[in-house]
Amino acid sequence: MSILVLLLITGVGLGALYFLVASGLSLIYGLMGVLNFAHGSFLTLAGFIGWEVGRRVGDGTWGGLLVGMLVGVVVGALVAALTELVFIRPLYERHIEQVLVTVGLGLASVALFEGIWGTDPIQIRLPAWLGETTDVLGANIPNDRWLLIGCAILVLALIVLFLQRTSYGLVIRAGVENRTMVTALGIDVRRAFTIVFAIGGAAAGLGGVLASVYYGQVSAHQGTSLLIFAFIVTVIGGLGSLTGAAIASVLVAVIQQLANFYGGWGDFAVVLALALVLLFRPTGLMGKVKH
Amino acid sequence: MRTFLHSRWGKLAIGAGVVAIAAILPLLDIRIPGVLPGPTYTPGTLSMLAYAMLIAALALSYHLIFGVAGMLSFGHAMFFAAGAYGLGILLSLLAPTGMPPEAVFLLAIALTLVLALVLGGLVGALALRVTGISFAMVTLAFAQAANVLIRRNTAGLTGGEEGVRIETDVVPELLVGVVNTRNLYWLALGILVLVYLACLWLERSRLGHVVAAARENELRVTVLGLRPYRVRLFVFAAAAVLGAIAGMGFMLLQSSATPRISTADFTLTLLVIVVLGGVGYRWGAIVGGIVYTLLDQRLADLASAAWIQGLPDVLRIPLSEPLFLLGMLFVLVVMFAPGGIVGLAHRVSRRRGGARDATRPEALQDVEA
Amino acid sequence: MTPILAVRGLSARIAGQQVVEAASFEVTEHGVTALLGRNGAGKTSTIKAILGLTERSGEVTFAGDRIDRLMTHRIVQRGIAYVPEDREVFSQLTVEENLRLAERGGAPRRAIVGELFPELLERAKQQAGTLSGGQQQMVSLSRALMNDNRLLLVDEPTKGLAPRIVGTVTKALEAAAEHTPMLLVEQNLQVVRALAHTVVVLSGGRVVHTGPAAAFLDSELVHRHLGVATEEEAA
Repeated sequence: MSILVLLLITGVGLGALYFLVASGLSLIYGLMGVLNFAHGSFLTLAGFIGWEVGRRVGDGTWGGLLVGMLVGVVVGALVAALTELVFIRPLYERHIEQVLVTVGLGLASVALFEGIWGTDPIQIRLPAWLGETTDVLGANIPNDRWLLIGCAILVLALIVLFLQRTSYGLVIRAGVENRTMVTALGIDVRRAFTIVFAIGGAAAGLGGVLASVYYGQVSAHQGTSLLIFAFIVTVIGGLGSLTGAAIASVLVAVIQQLANFYGGWGDFAVVLALALVLLFRPTGLMGKVKH
Repeated sequence: MRTFLHSRWGKLAIGAGVVAIAAILPLLDIRIPGVLPGPTYTPGTLSMLAYAMLIAALALSYHLIFGVAGMLSFGHAMFFAAGAYGLGILLSLLAPTGMPPEAVFLLAIALTLVLALVLGGLVGALALRVTGISFAMVTLAFAQAANVLIRRNTAGLTGGEEGVRIETDVVPELLVGVVNTRNLYWLALGILVLVYLACLWLERSRLGHVVAAARENELRVTVLGLRPYRVRLFVFAAAAVLGAIAGMGFMLLQSSATPRISTADFTLTLLVIVVLGGVGYRWGAIVGGIVYTLLDQRLADLASAAWIQGLPDVLRIPLSEPLFLLGMLFVLVVMFAPGGIVGLAHRVSRRRGGARDATRPEALQDVEA
Repeated sequence: MTPILAVRGLSARIAGQQVVEAASFEVTEHGVTALLGRNGAGKTSTIKAILGLTERSGEVTFAGDRIDRLMTHRIVQRGIAYVPEDREVFSQLTVEENLRLAERGGAPRRAIVGELFPELLERAKQQAGTLSGGQQQMVSLSRALMNDNRLLLVDEPTKGLAPRIVGTVTKALEAAAEHTPMLLVEQNLQVVRALAHTVVVLSGGRVVHTGPAAAFLDSELVHRHLGVATEEEAA
């Protein structure tokens, strides 16, 4: 029983990390029809810079970590918005080229990160509490999971509020459903593109700092490996659906944790889940978007 | 002259000429400083050129999927790895059986081909049930699963991170060792020509036309009573087998294989190569493959050059990362030269001919869902 | 009359296929110009090409300015409203959100919605996807009519609607046409007869006839260009 609780809560914690990456991917794909292969790089860069700033503020302290998280959010948002403006916008409505450009940026940026921070992971110091555990129904849950889960819930709430309450949110919701008609109402949908990139980048940036908390290290490849799972989450959840991304994040991570514990085949279980979903429900769990 | 060069026989003559020149390179003493590491007869240079040609062959097989059929697959590295690992593992499994080495070698090759065909057929059959980005994701997921299998030293066969070494006892002597690099070079050239001819035949066949038509307009093909699913599956499986052939050549050339060749990054490299060369052009895949490999090698040497090491960090770090430079080059090509190298060449020659302007390659127009 | 919209040699392509070939015609500054033709003649594609929603080439001049190189939202911002075929309301958004999204600068006349389609006001908070086809068409029309427009592009507004709703929609269009010129694609020839003063007839992506509406509708050209099926639908 306590094992199951541990696996479930740990799974939800990992799912929180997946969600921070997948939410942006899903929004960007939903609105723009672009699968963003550079998304992992937003995460990695924010993770590195958040750590660099955080440790100067206070290595291993809460202050340092919080400043790092804030820096991660800002770096993620800025880099993502810049990517959209410089590389994606000139290729307006040429989706394959847009995907290819993000592929190139993804490859190039990882190489650059390796050049700057080296190929080996760097161990980082964290506030002591995060390394301790809390007893829940007899299971010792690592405390960093609470931080991850809390942040993901906050991000989900903020994105939902933004989408529901602001005029840009309205444009984005409409655009996910029918981008062409939005432009035919006289709205410059490209501005919404920059905004979803910034939002997705901010979430991924926070994810980058939290990934370093989860793994206890920063590395040039952190984003790439998370990105693949985030892709799978996005497809399972239904491309373009934020709710779908949230549900699928938790589902995929929990399945992965359970399968890893009972037989060590977590990655296969995830691939299997993807294959099953696509075969029986090709649009994903919550997907309706058809571009 | 111009008309002759563009005629069927002219093209054949050019092709034969290029192959002939490539074939006699190991007998010549050509030095291209900055491009080749040494004279063309030295094993180091030959081995690098052979590697470049195998990558070109692999890129050609990927061209069938991406350029011809318009399917964005992120799993093609899986088939290259299947060829390399398949051959390596089967050789070491069959070696102790006591069969004559020649028989072991041929049997291993035959079984690897069957393996690639089955794998390509299965993955294709599942992945092709969806299209567009979902197809890309399924192929990525399968490739990822294959990568994990290989990395984990599954059943004690794949050797984990160490990879697999080839069992040289059962490989024909002509293909073993540095002294025989020349033969391996010819083998690589042969594989490239073989894959090229297979692509040519496939693209010219009725099937090739149907699959290309389905790329442009799926509905119209369906209305004509043709099933895009089957022809796509055939092309996918054929590309898998051709990719595996390149993988076997790689195994013989390098005498070992590591999990690197099964990663998603490796497939992305193929995508970069095909786009760099020019999507939709057979020659694009070849030129892209060779240019990319040479650049990759030379840029790595450049990184250790003294004048680079003396630069301030802001310049030194980007310049010492070949993949950074190649990635950015790729981005620039996508943004400003959509036809890639071959597309640019076409545009230049057409402009000189004063005729039509080059248009964007059709394959890029719409591959998405 | 000077034209508000002049189309010269307009061609459009969809998925690499030519669907409109060198079409030339004008929309007059007042009243309704109807764009007719059989299914697949290129009517919808022509409208989309004017709006920049398909790959296009040729000249489109609106109120004296070339608009054929502009992006869609810029064209619309110049005062061209679009009522698409199949309505294309945002089904996940509420009626109110659909209308709010369509407000374009200036002073949108929300009151007009209440005048034309009072039942929409009662359904302001309802998801547009749950509305009937007729109600969705009212949302789609309201999105266009509540702004200050200099031209309306209306694509098959009565398609698939119940006769009672066809009447409502026709009345709304008639009222709009009093102060705003309109290019109307319509299969229902009774509606065309009621609204249009000029017809432009397309066949195989080309303009095959242009002239006064009444004369065209009374001539045998109707059979030749629109076929029997259309005639039956109109009856």
